[in-house]
Amino acid sequence: MNIPTSYVVALSAILFTLGAIGVLIRRNAIIAFMSVELMLNASNLAFIAYARSLQQLSGHIFVFFIIAVAAAEVAVGLALIVTIFKTKHSIDVDQVSSLKG
Amino acid sequence: MTPDLILFLALAVLAIASAVAMLAGRNAVYSALFLVLNLVTVAILYLLLNAAFIAMVQITVYAGAIMVLFLFVIMLLGSQQAGSGPDLPWQRPVSVVLAVALVVLMAYALLAGGRGPLLADASLLEGFGSPQSVGRLLFRDYLIPFEAISGLLLAAMVGAIVLTRDEPKEKP
Repeated sequence: MNIPTSYVVALSAILFTLGAIGVLIRRNAIIAFMSVELMLNASNLAFIAYARSLQQLSGHIFVFFIIAVAAAEVAVGLALIVTIFKTKHSIDVDQVSSLKG
Repeated sequence: MTPDLILFLALAVLAIASAVAMLAGRNAVYSALFLVLNLVTVAILYLLLNAAFIAMVQITVYAGAIMVLFLFVIMLLGSQQAGSGPDLPWQRPVSVVLAVALVVLMAYALLAGGRGPLLADASLLEGFGSPQSVGRLLFRDYLIPFEAISGLLLAAMVGAIVLTRDEPKEKP
């Protein structure tokens, strides 16, 4: 595909910003968590675009590791959400304010 | 407008539209399904960018395993409906301002360090991004990080089990 690298990186930036907005405005913990996945995915897209542009296969390896770390993060994060739901009976992040001073 | 550009723009619009639909969705199940659409669209972009192996990993691990876990937890908690309650009044304006600042920062970084066009297919190295070449690099130059990732996955699995386990009642 012959398109400028900057187009792909711009798409990555837009997706990353949408993910950041999601983390900021959604109060359902699961949807905020999915927005984090969107941000990770956007950074992966930039890695792949630059790997293609610079002919460096290391970018692909980094994306592979990022996906593996995201899988580990989802397992622990969803376990935390389930545990919070058991005690609070809600996954609204505004309800989780026990540590507030 | 080359066919490549048209294809890229169509995929980009689909990716952005599904991301916006994910954020705007009231029902968490619909949000998860829109995120699957977004991930598959990005996987197609990976294929077009000569990253066949990563595209397959994206579909099996992300769109497959991770999103199934998300849907499972949404169903388990019965939290399809997004939380109700009073909005914090300053939250949305502040987040929009921060998002605009992020876009400006990234646009600056993009324009300041702009790269030339993607290389033509003919000038790519033979087998660039194929499973063989990625595997060779992964198991030769990145073997230690690869093994470390397996330790991390094991730790995450143990952590998830410990977090969700019911504590046995102890005698005082």
